Amino acid sequence: MMGLLWLVPLLPFIGFIILALFGKRISNRGAAAVGCASVGLSAVISMLIAADFISFNPDGRAYSQVLWTWLQVGGFRPQIGLYLDSLSLIMVLVVSFVAFFIHLYSAAYMRGDDGYSRFFAYMNLFVGSMLTLVLADNLLLLYLGWEGVGLCSYLLIGFWYRDPANIRAAVKAFIITRVGDTSMAIGLFFLFLNLGSLNIQQLLGLASRSWPIGSGMAVAGAALLLGGALGKSAQLPLQTWLPDAMAGPTPVSALIHAATMVTAGVYLIARTHVLFELAPQVQAAVAVIGAVTLLVSAASALTQVDIKRVLAYSTISQIGYMFLALGVGAWSGAIFHFMTHAFFKALLFLAAGVIITAMGGEHDIFKMGGLRKTLPLAFWAFLAGAASLAAIPFITAGFYSKDLILWSVFSSTKGGVWLWLTGLAGAFLTALYIFRVFFVVFFGQMKAIPLRKRETLFIIPLVVLAVFSVIAGFVDLPGWMGAERFTGFISTSLPLTQTLPVGGGAEFMVDLLGAVVPLIGLLFAYLIYIRKPAFAANVVRNQAGRALNRFWLAGWGFDAAYDILLVRPFDRLSRMLRGDAIDLVYSGIAWLNRLVHLLLSGTETGRLRWYVLVLGFGGAILIGIAVLL
Amino acid sequence: MTLGLIILILIAGGVLAWALGRVNEVLARAVSLLAIFVDLILTISLLAGGEFRISGGGAFVDQLKMPWIPQLGISLHFGADGLSLLLLLLTMLLGIVSVLVSWREITERVGFFHFNLLLVLAGIAGVFTALDLFLFYFFWELMLIPMYFLIAVWGHEKRVYASIKFFIFTQAGGLLMLLSILGLFYLHGQDTGVYTFDYFSLVGTRMPYAVSFWLMLGFLAGFLVKVPAVPVHSWLPDAHTEAPTAGSVVLAGLLLKTGAYGLIRFVVPFFPDASAAFAPVGMALGVAGIIYGAVLAFGQTDMKRLIANSSISHMGFVILGIYAWNTLALQGAVIQMLCHGISTGMLFVIAGALQDRLHTREMARMGGLWDAAPALSGVALFFAMASLGLPGLGNFVAEFLVLMGTFRSDMVYSVLASTGFVLSTIYSLSFVSRVFHGRRPEGLALADLSPREGAVSLVMIALILWIGLYPQPILRVSGAALKEIELGAAGRQMAETAVPLLPEASNGAR
Amino acid sequence: MAYLPVEHGFILAAILFVTGLAGVLVRRNIIFILMSIEIMLNAAGLAFISAGSRWGQPDGQVMYIFILAMAGAEVSVGLGLVLRFYHLFRTLDADEASRMKG
Repeated sequence: MMGLLWLVPLLPFIGFIILALFGKRISNRGAAAVGCASVGLSAVISMLIAADFISFNPDGRAYSQVLWTWLQVGGFRPQIGLYLDSLSLIMVLVVSFVAFFIHLYSAAYMRGDDGYSRFFAYMNLFVGSMLTLVLADNLLLLYLGWEGVGLCSYLLIGFWYRDPANIRAAVKAFIITRVGDTSMAIGLFFLFLNLGSLNIQQLLGLASRSWPIGSGMAVAGAALLLGGALGKSAQLPLQTWLPDAMAGPTPVSALIHAATMVTAGVYLIARTHVLFELAPQVQAAVAVIGAVTLLVSAASALTQVDIKRVLAYSTISQIGYMFLALGVGAWSGAIFHFMTHAFFKALLFLAAGVIITAMGGEHDIFKMGGLRKTLPLAFWAFLAGAASLAAIPFITAGFYSKDLILWSVFSSTKGGVWLWLTGLAGAFLTALYIFRVFFVVFFGQMKAIPLRKRETLFIIPLVVLAVFSVIAGFVDLPGWMGAERFTGFISTSLPLTQTLPVGGGAEFMVDLLGAVVPLIGLLFAYLIYIRKPAFAANVVRNQAGRALNRFWLAGWGFDAAYDILLVRPFDRLSRMLRGDAIDLVYSGIAWLNRLVHLLLSGTETGRLRWYVLVLGFGGAILIGIAVLL
Repeated sequence: MTLGLIILILIAGGVLAWALGRVNEVLARAVSLLAIFVDLILTISLLAGGEFRISGGGAFVDQLKMPWIPQLGISLHFGADGLSLLLLLLTMLLGIVSVLVSWREITERVGFFHFNLLLVLAGIAGVFTALDLFLFYFFWELMLIPMYFLIAVWGHEKRVYASIKFFIFTQAGGLLMLLSILGLFYLHGQDTGVYTFDYFSLVGTRMPYAVSFWLMLGFLAGFLVKVPAVPVHSWLPDAHTEAPTAGSVVLAGLLLKTGAYGLIRFVVPFFPDASAAFAPVGMALGVAGIIYGAVLAFGQTDMKRLIANSSISHMGFVILGIYAWNTLALQGAVIQMLCHGISTGMLFVIAGALQDRLHTREMARMGGLWDAAPALSGVALFFAMASLGLPGLGNFVAEFLVLMGTFRSDMVYSVLASTGFVLSTIYSLSFVSRVFHGRRPEGLALADLSPREGAVSLVMIALILWIGLYPQPILRVSGAALKEIELGAAGRQMAETAVPLLPEASNGAR
Repeated sequence: MAYLPVEHGFILAAILFVTGLAGVLVRRNIIFILMSIEIMLNAAGLAFISAGSRWGQPDGQVMYIFILAMAGAEVSVGLGLVLRFYHLFRTLDADEASRMKG
């Protein structure tokens, strides 16, 4: 079974090629079938492989498969090779599984769109690239997948290309992530030239052998890779593209901008964790960036009125949690949260998609209301997702993953109380902002009559993802509640968190706080948005409140700052140089020649006697010179 | 023998096309197509030939040496190693593309057009294979004059200005190069008593350092104008923009490569010390080209001008790779020459197809073309992605190798040049979104790709993908040739004085 | 027989040359210009003769015969041109023919 690993990324690529070449000729039904089948098959194969991996390979030894040598120049010899260990296995499973259900959902969601087959072509290309990214055994192939998903993100954000705003968002996303990618590319040069290999396992081995902890080389290498991760995962300061990326169709937001692609940065750091452990300064930076990002964007999420933008900021914030976990060395926590987040955030987006479709394309939550009765499916799905996101204790998956992170942050040697408090504050805000949306949309007065469409293809993905949003957490229970299965499984590829010696009682207390804080957030949301709807309005009426609201709504002014500092100067520069300043030099030379020509041709009067006079003078001067010298 | 035949077929085909063009235009096109196609087959047969297999691309195969003007030591000396053959292959491929894209576009003086086109190709093929400096200069000029006619006769609105500018720039550079060739000729004659223009004899001519520096500058004047390097690039946007589509394809795809080829084949082997001293300046020129060209490209409103300026940026990588002078960077430079030829050539084909259909190059008057021509837009998107260096496509392999090699030689230049990744994203996406995305202006209609255009696009897409995913065959062919040049007495000297060669097997930490 | 000093011959030649040059510059009538050119040619011839007799060389006289032959040819061509000129412009004013200018 393992031998079929190469089929996992290949099948979606084949789907893409079929759709790209013959998309115009096959019917919509056919396009959806090709799109779903290719991803579904690769999900099935990856599950079979997983079964193999777990049952016949109890010690979790990695499996690698080299397809061909990509290129060979000097000592540079990257291969097209796949590498499967517990980390990449989890990634592959989650990606292919979630992608399959989102494809199913899209088959209904995109019905009637004139770009139907194009949509599935791009989606398949995305899944193929994402699977390549997580399976790559060397950084160059990983980079290929990395840029491939970036391309698909661009194409799908700008899927409805007739609206210039969508295209602007798409271009913005591509360029900002490319900034990070460039840093990552430089990191690749750096690592190869100092270690002599880009194969991830070799590279990590060489790094840990030749660089001491905290050495400048390791810091530089890790920092350069971190740049790439920040761009892709929309962390500060490269986060501004993600809220705008919501211009794409909702299944795209669910798959690419919530569940899979944006977590590629988390995967990259986890994959190269040795490097980050060698560079504690950079790892600390990861934790701080994650902590700051999760607070900043949770605050922004609190003020958004567009339902998808709330979810976008929420995604940034949740990835902030993952970064926080990575930064304190809680590798399994980060990957666990990635997994649960993929389920519940995809679920939230898909539920939001149902709502948006029913409301005829309306995104503003304050123009919705009272949808509990009319859209029961969306209501229950959104509830499951929101509960999981808010980490409502014990019954949701989000609780267990977030709890693991908070506990690790508290207890890790690299963590600390401040980071933990930030995480806890974030948990409060998370519950507050998501239940704000929940109460506003589903309770209160009905503001518009939703169109109800019965879509079987909506039901299956929503139900499946809702179930997973609830039960996926049980694979890893806190120490005092049971077994840490997930951590055990992932520990074959990622080290365990190094913890300070704290008693079991402390863990219970931390968990308890982690359980209570979201509930307080939920309570606040209930009080503000159900019991006293006037309260929020009063806050906004207050001058300071309004300023803060506007500031958070605009994402803390990052966009405006970048616009003034980078976009406009560049635009002006290129406008100024449009005619090519250097060419002016040559135009100047040409112009000078013309001037001299004009001057000289003025002397040609056509008068014979004038010529004789000049001739005579010239002769006299020449003779004079000859005589005198 | 075959090399001589290749050039002869091109010239004879050109004359025949001219003659037949008076009778029947289709016949002229068919004859040109046939001539180039036969040459393509011949080139491939050389690449597959036994002699070449043994040398692996390192040695010069199929040498042809006949006396021409023996009194002056001038001979008809042709030969091709892996580098030459790859570029010859590119020449023939793009030659076929040029004939095909002119099928509908060129309707006036068809015979004469194809005569000029084939003559340019003959000149380029000659430049890539001549091993006698006088012969080289002959072909160098042979490229120039028919190209001038192609722009001046079949060009667009400002064709006269553009063609004269092109001519003056390249001719001025070429004359300085001629001076250097003569200087080298006399120096070698005085030194050894043998007056000859033969490449192998002239390599390793001993001369004082100051003299070698001045002679090198003469060669650089010829080659850097052609590549083009930044302060002498400004002929390029005008010439590319005003030329007919086939002219743009040949200019961007092939003519620029002759400059880079000259740097690798002549400048460094002839003047290793001087080149080593010049290398930092050379790398700076490359970086300046990458950044400046990209900034210029973004500011353009004319589609062809945008693509033309992006050429400056891409060729900056070639200059950078050559002056970084190690295996990685040189290999990258060669791949970049091939991939830039294909991808930019195809972008010009698309621009030409759009101009043919819409009668404008102004991007402000386009938009939303995806609706009307999805296949054309898809192809354009593909080549725009190639141009911004998407991994999996050939240009990425090239740029990555160049930057990685440069990183070894000089970290700062490499990091600066890496901004090219971001800048190329900016102009490529602005091209795609201004032309193919957005709202379609009222009444703008166009036909999608014709089967002919579609076939050309598919072949080129396959080539770029092939180079992107499995460049090994090409790397092997060019690698052996580059190794020979590098390990030549001259190259070794430069390697010692400048930057270390990449050791064959890299060994862990340093 | 008293010898004329060579300087006198040169001075006379110079006076004749300047007179001729002045004529060319001042007169507009093309016939007078031609005549002035003849005077300049004769000045040059006189200079040759004087120099030849001063150094006792026959070259000066040889040169004068050349100049004479050339002057004859010049006059015949020149007068022919003058005739055409008059036909074209209906005047003998040289300044009228100033169409050839830059």
